[in-house]
Amino acid sequence: MADTLDVSYDTRIPNNVGLGEDRKVLKALEKWHPGYIDWWNKLIPQNFQDSMVYLRTAVSVDPKGWAKFDYVKMPEYRWGVLLAPQVEDRVIPFGEHQGKPAWQEVPGEYRNMLKRLIVIQGDTEPGSVEQQRFLGLTAPSLYDLRNLFQVNVEEGRHLWAMVYLLQKYFGKDGREEADDLLRRSSGSEEAPRMLGAFNEETPDWLSFFMFTYFTDRDGKMQLESLAQSGFDPLSRTCRFMITEEAHHMFVGETGVGRIIQATIEAMNEAGITDPTDIGNVRDLGVIDLPTIQKKLNLHYTLSLDLFGQEVSTNAANAFNAGIKGRFMEHRIDDDHQLHNDTYNVTSIVDGKITEETVPALTAVNMRLRDDYVRDASGGVGRWNKAIKKAGIDFELVVPHEAFHRQIGVFAAIKANPSGDIISEAEWESGKDGWLPTPDDGKFVESLMKPCYEPGKYASWIAPPKVGIDNKPGDFEFVKLHMA
Amino acid sequence: MSKPIDFRVDPSAYRHWQVEYNGPVATLSMDVDENGGLFEGYELKLNSYDLGVDIELNDIVQRMRFEHPEVKVVVMQSGKDNVFCAGANIRMLGGAAHSHKVNFCKFTNETRNAFEAAERDSGQQYIAAVKGACAGGGYELALACNHIMLTDDSTSAVGLPEVPLLAVLPGTGGLTRITDKRKMRRDLADIFCSIEEGVKGQRAKDWRLVDEVIPNSKFAETVVERAKEFAAKSNKPDIATGITFNPLERTITDTSVIWSTVTVEIDRAGRKATFILKGPEENAPTEMDAFQAQGDQAYLLRLCRELEDAILHMRLNEMEIGLWVIKTEGDPELVAAHEALLAANAEHWLANEVRQYWKRTLKRLDVTSRSLVAFVEHGSCFVGVLAEILFSVDRSYMMDGEFDDDDRALATIRLSEANFGAYPMGNNLTRLQTRFLGEPDLVDVAQKQINKAMDAETADKMGLVTIILDDIDWEDEVRIFLEERASFSPDAMTGMEANLRFAGPETMETRIFGRLTAWQNWIFNRPNAVGENGALQRYGTGVRGEYDLERV
Repeated sequence: MADTLDVSYDTRIPNNVGLGEDRKVLKALEKWHPGYIDWWNKLIPQNFQDSMVYLRTAVSVDPKGWAKFDYVKMPEYRWGVLLAPQVEDRVIPFGEHQGKPAWQEVPGEYRNMLKRLIVIQGDTEPGSVEQQRFLGLTAPSLYDLRNLFQVNVEEGRHLWAMVYLLQKYFGKDGREEADDLLRRSSGSEEAPRMLGAFNEETPDWLSFFMFTYFTDRDGKMQLESLAQSGFDPLSRTCRFMITEEAHHMFVGETGVGRIIQATIEAMNEAGITDPTDIGNVRDLGVIDLPTIQKKLNLHYTLSLDLFGQEVSTNAANAFNAGIKGRFMEHRIDDDHQLHNDTYNVTSIVDGKITEETVPALTAVNMRLRDDYVRDASGGVGRWNKAIKKAGIDFELVVPHEAFHRQIGVFAAIKANPSGDIISEAEWESGKDGWLPTPDDGKFVESLMKPCYEPGKYASWIAPPKVGIDNKPGDFEFVKLHMA
Repeated sequence: MSKPIDFRVDPSAYRHWQVEYNGPVATLSMDVDENGGLFEGYELKLNSYDLGVDIELNDIVQRMRFEHPEVKVVVMQSGKDNVFCAGANIRMLGGAAHSHKVNFCKFTNETRNAFEAAERDSGQQYIAAVKGACAGGGYELALACNHIMLTDDSTSAVGLPEVPLLAVLPGTGGLTRITDKRKMRRDLADIFCSIEEGVKGQRAKDWRLVDEVIPNSKFAETVVERAKEFAAKSNKPDIATGITFNPLERTITDTSVIWSTVTVEIDRAGRKATFILKGPEENAPTEMDAFQAQGDQAYLLRLCRELEDAILHMRLNEMEIGLWVIKTEGDPELVAAHEALLAANAEHWLANEVRQYWKRTLKRLDVTSRSLVAFVEHGSCFVGVLAEILFSVDRSYMMDGEFDDDDRALATIRLSEANFGAYPMGNNLTRLQTRFLGEPDLVDVAQKQINKAMDAETADKMGLVTIILDDIDWEDEVRIFLEERASFSPDAMTGMEANLRFAGPETMETRIFGRLTAWQNWIFNRPNAVGENGALQRYGTGVRGEYDLERV
């Protein structure tokens, strides 16, 4: 396999995997390509398809300078197949094959397991684009519109990355699975996306930012674990995807931060000190902090569900097989085999939340979720700092893991955001205070008016400190086609 | 003795299934209570099942026939999102003793057979409406239905992942039904049984794994439509009301279990149990209306229910009692009269159901891994359906002539037309046909004796009993037989008897109970599955099974 830092454009599909010489896979990808373009074209409203968007395109996989920015029409975006550079003599870093040379071809015994993981990962990528398809119509600025499209095209490229693996390594089955990735569709009654969080609507920009902050962070954790994989092509693919994913979380963290900024600035200007004075805050054309908290509660808990069961046979099998590792596997100080290690998982015994010690191998999901919880709390702290600095007495809180869960041990109970188990009746009477209500949704929606003038921002969101690619805030990030 | 496994179920206490009755269509939803396992140490996640779940299903299938004769179509579906049924619970299997695994598989097989045959026997058709993962025992549930519908949501699949995942077989009929019933090509079946993830969508139809693949958005309505359509096309007569199965009463002591018409006496030292079936005390009802009014107290139905409960109880709870002696006590004339009513009204729905129930119960006896012997003593009533027991057991001993100090009526055997077709075995032959495989003429000869009381000598001459013994020999010969039997290896007995009982042609049923089950039980004893490092034992730990690579 060719292995270069530079991306080759000698085929219709930019790549650094020597597609030009790999006729079979090229043919398969070219066959899949029209279906993909068709999917894209039907997805995003037409005037955006014809607009020139200031996007970054990967031109290299060299961490020092892998992207260049330029105007491009999204359907002409150079989606491609990009793998991080091959590490010489890489070995399988964990599990029962630890220390053996990393697999360059699919090991037959793990074919199904690998395929399943790739399909599930692949299914999330187009899922989020589908969820966000109409957001462009209500973008609060060209800067945000551009960020949305950047996230979208990169999720599209991530789909390409997974599809490449399916087509290259999994034969006929892989090609069928690649087709099914385009057949399933977010929220569809016919063929929904595989994971619940990717069938929820992203109805407004606050949801979008929360999604990119919390749910894309799940994606990051999953990619980090797959980047450890003993199956080298998967590892290399995911390593490169993580570089792109970082931008998505940046969009999320700064997006929520800018909304908070607009709110606290407006409150201070109007002399409102009570953050729960919702009516008056809303009258200022900004989103009140309690509603932001509710949205946070929703997206955080949906994202926790993506980690699956606390104790999981599949996760254990995948780890032991050397297929899917842990977050920062190389920095963990243990034998990387977990034969005798234990890990504490949450469970419910006699109606109480407790911790239970289980074999670490079966608790790989739980560990990843714990890592996620730590990782996700950083941005929340930064948001709170801004609120505090503005002199407003309010703190955003990440709810307890037991709150509002559909998957795992907590799915069986109802808990409040502090993690107290409560009755069905208490849940019913409390839930409107914890999760967005239809009225909250209506209010946020009422703010969603497009703001397409360069350098202008909707009332409910503050301008960024600095634009993308060091461009100023009034740069025309999207040249809208308004025909 | 630990708490016995109880096969008697109170429908108001179902934990794992919901049934909704809507005229001719019943909807049966599997919604397994994770914390409702029969034993400690496992959770029934993802609609996986253990014996307790199957005991409820068996009860539902049974009541469907007797209590809800208005039902023509039963839709079996999942009460959970994203999963139809994940099959037998693996941790349960991993933790269970070999004997429990075998008994579990036998019972689940009997339940599958019972609802599979419901269409032919009772006109009740089962439709599997598969949405979500349907794997292993889950697909085997669907396979036993008469019609399988699969939603095409690009995720839902049917699969038999036992071999790659657990190193055991799809042993509840799975391997047999895909080739014998669904007539899937064997090379495709080879692929199907080697992949974990199963087959979805159109390919599932192309490979004959399901009957229909339906767009997901239309799935629910198409299932309803199909159920109505099948109900409309059904030949099953409209029956407005059924009868009620009231709770079965029984008394258990250390040495006996007593029902109203069945008594089981347990001799632990001798490792044997004596089943005594009592004849009726009252005259037979003169017509089916009166029979139906008696409901579950009608003699032949009550006896059948109690005998079935006795068989299941003794199978699961008394494993070391390796020899069952079966006796009857009562007036042969009365038994004949009760049976005659059913025979004369064979088309009546309830008469038919009772006879079909006897058929199933006799089959349970056929596949029971105990040495079975019948003693035809004076005062007994081996008539018709009860005489059928004589041809199910491994041997029969009959009293010949008068015995000292025994004033009971002389032992006789009486055949009825029911012995010639009403109760076929799993091989689809009557027990008499199977018995006389080499001398088919003897079946005709026996048929000429219908309704005649045959004494020992006649019965012996006709080949209907194994050994006849007079007053001088009886006690000693019978004792020696019992002692000898108890001295043999239980394994060798099980194997020998199971082989001798099913002469004649193979059917899907005999292949399931014979071939598939035997292979499965062999694998269940091999270290590759159940050894400390075997795949079944290690499942869930993340560590793979280690295999002994020698082919045997």
